[in-house]
Amino acid sequence: MRTVAVTGVGCVSPLGVGAAVLIEGWSHGACAVRDGEAACRAFDASDFMSVKEARRADRFAQLALAAAAEAVENAGLADGLPCEPYRAGCLIGTGIGGIATIEANHSRLLSNGARSVSPLAVPLMMSNAGTAAVSMRYGLCGPSFGVVSACAAGAHAIGTAMHAIRSGAAELMIAGGAEATLTPLARAAFAAMDATSTCGVSRPFDVRRDGFVMGEGAGVLVLEDADKARARGTPVLAVLRGYGATSDAYHLTAPDADGRGAAAAIRLALADAAVDPGEVDYVNAHGTSTPLNDRSETVALKHALGQHAARIPVSSLKGSTGHLLGAAGAVEAIATVLALRAGIAPPTVGLQQPDPELDLDHVASAARQLRRSPSAPTIAISNSFGFGGHNAVLVLETPPEDAPAPGDDRGSVAR
Amino acid sequence: MATETQQVKQVVTTALERFGAEPDDITPDATFEALAIDSLDLAELSQIVEDEFGVRLTSADVAGVKTVGEAIDLIASRG
Repeated sequence: MRTVAVTGVGCVSPLGVGAAVLIEGWSHGACAVRDGEAACRAFDASDFMSVKEARRADRFAQLALAAAAEAVENAGLADGLPCEPYRAGCLIGTGIGGIATIEANHSRLLSNGARSVSPLAVPLMMSNAGTAAVSMRYGLCGPSFGVVSACAAGAHAIGTAMHAIRSGAAELMIAGGAEATLTPLARAAFAAMDATSTCGVSRPFDVRRDGFVMGEGAGVLVLEDADKARARGTPVLAVLRGYGATSDAYHLTAPDADGRGAAAAIRLALADAAVDPGEVDYVNAHGTSTPLNDRSETVALKHALGQHAARIPVSSLKGSTGHLLGAAGAVEAIATVLALRAGIAPPTVGLQQPDPELDLDHVASAARQLRRSPSAPTIAISNSFGFGGHNAVLVLETPPEDAPAPGDDRGSVAR
Repeated sequence: MATETQQVKQVVTTALERFGAEPDDITPDATFEALAIDSLDLAELSQIVEDEFGVRLTSADVAGVKTVGEAIDLIASRG
């Protein structure tokens, strides 16, 4: 079976623009939440695209383009693809798509009538717009489509891209997730269902957690057939070793309290990777800071990892960045790759009073060194769960030989 | 009529700049193709023209127009 390599990573997150900024901020315990939200305040679309491209992209697609630019550069593809265009595809997941565009055009419809709705409304609001923008920018003519599964979309996109490469449907995939829902309707809608924190603090696994904090951003990875990547001499940042996806088929928004679907996804991902729970060195949790997710995720980890669950450090990026929704799985996959490379479990920022019921090692307060072996790769799983009951789990590991990556050499790729 | 053509020219030029065309390239003889102005831009331009001058252009009207000058003349003649 073909091995799938991660050869490039790029992201825009509330911690800043770039993958190096993400891992540096998170590992030092930075928190990007301001006034109950985590916006990408440092992002300026004009740094990454022309006036025309920016006008033709909702903010979520703009974030995807910026993240893709870093990932493509990182993979050494700035001058072009290493394969035939029809052998390279794109999958950018999102929870919602261009909701700011929908809201703006709906306001125009109500106040000025049907003929005031923009001809760009549909191409900006459609959920596959992030994929379309990235595929056009880089001439990706292979399999490309949107991936929509709420807060699991980024991980589903990466896992589906992995399958495309394994099956031979593509040699190279640019995959990730993007979301920009800091809008009046989305805020009101998430608040109406009691999903978001009323106190505006993201503190996964803390006994006081009361909901997630809305964030925005994008994460994009370049995935390649590892043999072909090595043949062209590009460094392999990590190996995407496995993927498991299941559905709870239980409730529209609440996770199964017994964590059965999530546990099954973890087991499937480990089986796909041929990894035993005893080999797992780190868990990048979905850890949303909602009462229900953090409880059921803990139960699921215990089911799937058994006796090893108590030993393995489990941390959530969301204390630092809030919840990036459809982008979360992709930004967290990138954070996991970089944490593995650094040999650390970054901390669950905001976790001060551990919930006594959630008795795993949630890496409160400060980053921790990961267990490492000179003879074996360091292995992590990254969990993503979405409304609708969709679960997606990725297994990532350090590559056989080391290669420089964002954050390895501080500031070298920060821009 | 001359004044009106001037007004139309102003509105069209401003719109094309907003769509991302290089200001220096926007001349009466410039083709929309050369300016990278496509059918979506022209649909938006039609909306702007309707708002400003009450002239409703169909996609068939716009389809036959190749240059900035032709567009301005068409809009002015309908105004």
